[in-house]
Amino acid sequence: MHLILFIIFAVFCIAGAILVIVLRSPVASAISLIFVMCAIAGLFALVGALFVAALQVIVYAGAVMVLFLFVIMLLNIKEELITTDEKRLTRYLGSALGLAFVLEIAYFVRRGLAFGSSSLYLPVPKEFASIELISTGIFTKYLLAFEMTSILLLVAIVGAIMLARGKGRRDT
Amino acid sequence: MSLGLAHFLVLSAVIFSIGVIGVITRRNAIIVLMSIELMLNAANLALVAFSAFRQDPDGQIFVFFVIAVAAAEAAVGLALIMLLFRNRKSINVDDFNLMKW
Repeated sequence: MHLILFIIFAVFCIAGAILVIVLRSPVASAISLIFVMCAIAGLFALVGALFVAALQVIVYAGAVMVLFLFVIMLLNIKEELITTDEKRLTRYLGSALGLAFVLEIAYFVRRGLAFGSSSLYLPVPKEFASIELISTGIFTKYLLAFEMTSILLLVAIVGAIMLARGKGRRDT
Repeated sequence: MSLGLAHFLVLSAVIFSIGVIGVITRRNAIIVLMSIELMLNAANLALVAFSAFRQDPDGQIFVFFVIAVAAAEAAVGLALIMLLFRNRKSINVDDFNLMKW
């Protein structure tokens, strides 16, 4: 049952990811990226990581992708700017490199799993992935990293505003 | 045949590789950013798979931080793209060779 669900989500993920890099229009790419993120959230829920699944849908599929779509709409890119002819050599070289990469990772995963018969336990125990455990970890063991994240987000907000603000309006 | 750790790792590798191919082959800057998001998602998938495998919530805490960094990266990256489009009237990555030499 879990395997069937995994295969369904995996097919959605891979098909969506291929559509992201194949489709010509940025809006269609963004929509299929939202699709991929929802499928990945489904995979998170499948292994019992419910908090991260919710986070994935809210932050990624919600906030970040809305930002992407907003910028795409705002730029109002004309069709000829989108479909600039890509260099043939780059495309073949990139595809070959990506294929070599996936083969490499598959080889090492296979070799690594040869050491012990490792299978993921899917009926997850209750204490795993409980929001209590995660928040305890965040606010005790990783408190410094959490505070640094807040500073990072502040810097990102200020930086984005500084960059996106027009030059002419700087003195107002 | 039951669901194993290898399934998740291979799926993560495939998604990551698709992201790499997107970054290398596409010349539209927004699609390049989306491919980077794809790679970050693949890393998150591997982290959650290991976290469930080891029954350890630390992996999910790392995913939390990765999502925060990815949100910051998307905001700054999109602001940069807007600035570039305003100055150069293009978002083709090949046009941006200002700092090359």
